[in-house]
Amino acid sequence: MSLKVSLSFNGGMELLFNNVKQKTVEIPASINNSNPTTMKDLIRWIRDNLLKERPELFVSGETVRPGILVLINDADWELEGELKYEIKDADDIVFISTLHGG
Amino acid sequence: MPRLCVVCKEERASVKRPKTGEQLCRNCFYHVFEIEVHCTITDNKLFKSGDRVAIAASGGKVLAHIMKTLNDRYNYGLDLFLLSVDEGITGYRDDSLETVKRNQQQYNLPLKIVSYGELYGWTMDEIVKEVGLKNNCTFCGVFRRQALDRGAVMLNTDHIVTGHNADDIAETVLMNILRGDIARLERCTEICTTGDGRIRRSKPFKYAYEKEIVMYAYFKKLDYFSTECVYSPNSYRGHARTFLKDLEAIRPSAIIGEAFQIKQEVKLPTQGVCSRCGYMSSNELCKACVLLEGLNRGLPRLGIGKTNRLRKIHGEMPENTATMLHFSQLQIDGENGKSESDEGKKRR
Repeated sequence: MSLKVSLSFNGGMELLFNNVKQKTVEIPASINNSNPTTMKDLIRWIRDNLLKERPELFVSGETVRPGILVLINDADWELEGELKYEIKDADDIVFISTLHGG
Repeated sequence: MPRLCVVCKEERASVKRPKTGEQLCRNCFYHVFEIEVHCTITDNKLFKSGDRVAIAASGGKVLAHIMKTLNDRYNYGLDLFLLSVDEGITGYRDDSLETVKRNQQQYNLPLKIVSYGELYGWTMDEIVKEVGLKNNCTFCGVFRRQALDRGAVMLNTDHIVTGHNADDIAETVLMNILRGDIARLERCTEICTTGDGRIRRSKPFKYAYEKEIVMYAYFKKLDYFSTECVYSPNSYRGHARTFLKDLEAIRPSAIIGEAFQIKQEVKLPTQGVCSRCGYMSSNELCKACVLLEGLNRGLPRLGIGKTNRLRKIHGEMPENTATMLHFSQLQIDGENGKSESDEGKKRR
């Protein structure tokens, strides 16, 4: 079983992904043994499968680097349980970096 | 079970506000965000009717949208202009300037672009070639500040609004504390600064979190350009920012501050005018002139390291060295032929 998820990278984050701003990916419905795939699993999956450079600009420990906003189906992920959110088929996940400028 | 907005109790919540923890739907979020900026503007009496205001629009698309919206809705009576700086960074600002040009059409506001190349004879690309990636942000910051003031004079405006938000100000506070720069520590938290009285500068987003501004732009699908400056990863500010984001993750209110006041008996440098270009300065020469002199004499560290020591070794500036146009000689756009020096004097 797999889940189709739409990912978007904005605010300069696309630079870490070969300048790709939007990508639909298929991920296993349970990455971590038999547990449903969560945001925590997805972030690790992105780091291991999509990230092209400088992982420290995307992840910090097991979550995204502070200063990166995450939206799940157009809602602030802080309302959706953050790392514990269980990914559903056809979810739309957006990452926006606010870390730019000098 | 979707969480409902705490204000309207009808729509699904889309944002958790960092300032209050409230969960709001999009429309209620727009409403409170706009009202708060409006209150920041009115409580602090930032403008009066008839003011000509330049919106520093390099990165601040949201600022342009909000200024236009509030000016129309609440009848501020302002004449608004877009003012952008072209630092001359290939692949960074040229994309952003395209966005600004689209904004000009969307909002129907006059646009002025001032470039480092024109004002100083050096683009950031050229400066980085000369000085490397260590102190380049110092050049860019000093040059941008003055470029905005010069652009504002050319637009014949007396007020610049910038998109500095609570996060930016918190970074600046931290940087000024670490540098021990008392004078700037006090000034950087002020919502409106007047410099030497020529051009007012204010920050309508002083109390707005970056998160809210970015969310607002995203939900409203504003033509918003944001990308990491190719030259900034090593900047001092970048480190301050990372540190503050880590703090914010633990306690969001770390970002919001009020102001610092320095005891009156503490002696602060007095603001004067640069003897070379007429810009405000607390030294005989303003920082931009020293940096520019360094570039033009092939001594890029002149304005970074120990200026006096370098002057002892290399002597004073030779007379034929290029300098920037004196502030009093700036031309107001569209008024060619009229003597501008009177205008310059009046402003001072």
